[in-house]
Amino acid sequence: MPEEVTLTIDGKKITAKIGQSILEAAEENGVYIPHLCALQELHSTGACRVCMVRIDGRYSASCTQPVSDGLQVEVESDELLEIRKMIVEMLFAEGNHFCPCCEKSGNCELQALAYRLGIDSVRFPYQFPQREVDAEHPDVFIDHNRCILCGRCVEASRNADHKTALEFIGRGKNKRLAVTGIVDLDRADKAVSVCPVGAILLKRQAFQVPLGQRRFDHEPIGAEVESRNPEVRTP
Amino acid sequence: MSTKIVIEPVTRVEGHGKVTIHLDDMGNVDEARFHIVEFRGFERFIQGRPYWEVPVLVQRLCGICPVSHHLAASKAMDAVIGVDTITPTAEKMRRLMHYGQIYQSHALHFFHLASPDLLFGFDADASQRNVIAVAQEFPQLATQGIHMRRWGQQIIEATAGKRIHGTGSIPGGVNKNLSLEERDRFLADLDQQLQWAREAVAIARDYTMEHLETARGFAAFPSNHVGLVDDEGVLDLYDGRLKAIDPDGEVIFEGMEAHEYSDYLAEEVRPWSYMKFPFIRSLGPRRGWYRVGPLARVNLCRRMGTPEADAAREEFMALTDGKPNHLTLAYHWARMIELLHCAERIGELLDDPDLQGDELTTSGEFRGEGVAIIEAPRGTLFHHYRVDRNDQVTMANLIVSTTSNNEAMNRAVTDVAEKYLSGQRITDGLLNHVEVAIRAYDPCLSCATHALGQMPLSIEIVGPDGAVLASRLKG
Repeated sequence: MPEEVTLTIDGKKITAKIGQSILEAAEENGVYIPHLCALQELHSTGACRVCMVRIDGRYSASCTQPVSDGLQVEVESDELLEIRKMIVEMLFAEGNHFCPCCEKSGNCELQALAYRLGIDSVRFPYQFPQREVDAEHPDVFIDHNRCILCGRCVEASRNADHKTALEFIGRGKNKRLAVTGIVDLDRADKAVSVCPVGAILLKRQAFQVPLGQRRFDHEPIGAEVESRNPEVRTP
Repeated sequence: MSTKIVIEPVTRVEGHGKVTIHLDDMGNVDEARFHIVEFRGFERFIQGRPYWEVPVLVQRLCGICPVSHHLAASKAMDAVIGVDTITPTAEKMRRLMHYGQIYQSHALHFFHLASPDLLFGFDADASQRNVIAVAQEFPQLATQGIHMRRWGQQIIEATAGKRIHGTGSIPGGVNKNLSLEERDRFLADLDQQLQWAREAVAIARDYTMEHLETARGFAAFPSNHVGLVDDEGVLDLYDGRLKAIDPDGEVIFEGMEAHEYSDYLAEEVRPWSYMKFPFIRSLGPRRGWYRVGPLARVNLCRRMGTPEADAAREEFMALTDGKPNHLTLAYHWARMIELLHCAERIGELLDDPDLQGDELTTSGEFRGEGVAIIEAPRGTLFHHYRVDRNDQVTMANLIVSTTSNNEAMNRAVTDVAEKYLSGQRITDGLLNHVEVAIRAYDPCLSCATHALGQMPLSIEIVGPDGAVLASRLKG
């Protein structure tokens, strides 16, 4: 069985390793597919749906779809861009995301993605949900207002930290992150460092990095991926 | 039949307010009130937020002097986390930020908000009495104002990270120092800025001296004055101890530390305004009201602490034989003396190698409560917080400069209304005289109520039965 397969992304042929997801293969070839839940070192769950692409005409989350030979993948189209924007706008509308005073601003993947996708207003009505802040941990601050339920922290706690310090509870719009209390969350846990937004933060670290030196101050999200192949750029 | 006149909105002030003038049965002014019609609620909605977010969050009270709130909150949070002394680099970076901010704010007020009144007269036609006409007829002055404001804003940017709502000051210190490139950029403009600041003092002084008779009859009344000074009694805009003097310049209290503020000052609520009325506790609400801001500070300090501003202050104090100056219109002159003082202080700091230091933060033993006082451009600003063991804010109390000037502005409005109101017809002249009196205090109404929403000045005439007989809206 061959170890590599060939597929096309937006008409361009690329090679990928068997077992890779379409998202991973695209990134390796310098094609950035916007995403919020997938993280290279974690198992992808397809939770955020932002990495939606069309594969042989079918819509699918590229982070959970494995590569196979001859696939025709569409990443960049007006329709897909619109879908991504809608998903990101929904995330903004359903939480309480106040960038101006959020310490994650400039390092936040949700904010960076909104900038990259050109979202300057949200088409959906803001829900302004009543959500709690959990500050009981001595070193970790959890702000449910900003949680987008991507599941990175839950996944990291289970499979990287080998704990079940964090889990989801509730269903539908009542779903939320919870500290299980079964084992202690530690400030050094992977689960604490993978949050794409400002929902899980180490306490007393805020605003220590000056403006102009934050992660997305100079380059948009995805620029690092695209630098691997300067000819390709996805909006 | 008694009547009420309403002016709404008051223009060329920061925020939205209105004036009501109550007339008695004879058509004479009974009382005039300056209302702030905003409501915001910062003190409530920061409850539950982590303390480190507060300096960045509360500065959004204001887009004009956010640095004052940013620094006051940082200083209060220093105390909350048990830091009594920050590193020299941190203190000097914060001071530089603060002087840059007062410099730009004073320049904005003088050259763009107040200048139309001073250059064209209080009675000038409204089509002329605005910043556009200033730009057309006095282009050099208008441009100079813009350049001065820009220099101050650039200093804020270099210290806070951006010109409005930066993040440079954090509990326990700052997050950056000043690079040599940044320093040299500001030094290159220093001489020009000092020269412009000297000229601004001269313009304000000459204006006051030439219009002394008007000024003496225009909202001039004795008052107490409150402000910060250092241990030697020298003006200190960033830190120090609170001092209060009476109308004759006698000390009411001095050496007051930030955490003692509620022993010395109290606030009264009146049902018609969202803005409270602070007063000196020992004198009570009727006699204890006071003024803050440039006039109060110049009046109550022993010295400004920088040579040129000291000389300018001496000239200012000579007018009243060393006693406190109580002319509302003298605020402009005092404000420009402070502008010059800030330029001099910025010059001193830029020469200080501590600004290039690397020790940015200090830590301490958590205390859970902190009070800080700072002199904002418009006057003394108090921030008081309590924080629980989970690092969440449980209580916040902010007393902003404009609030402290509340009684003074109301008296100024009453005084001007008594002198200039003739009958119940609201003339442009009356309208603007009232506004000139308010404007001298450079009030920031957003800050004063920690406000919500849009703010335009309205004048109303109200009868004894409460019916509005005439009103006029300015937007």
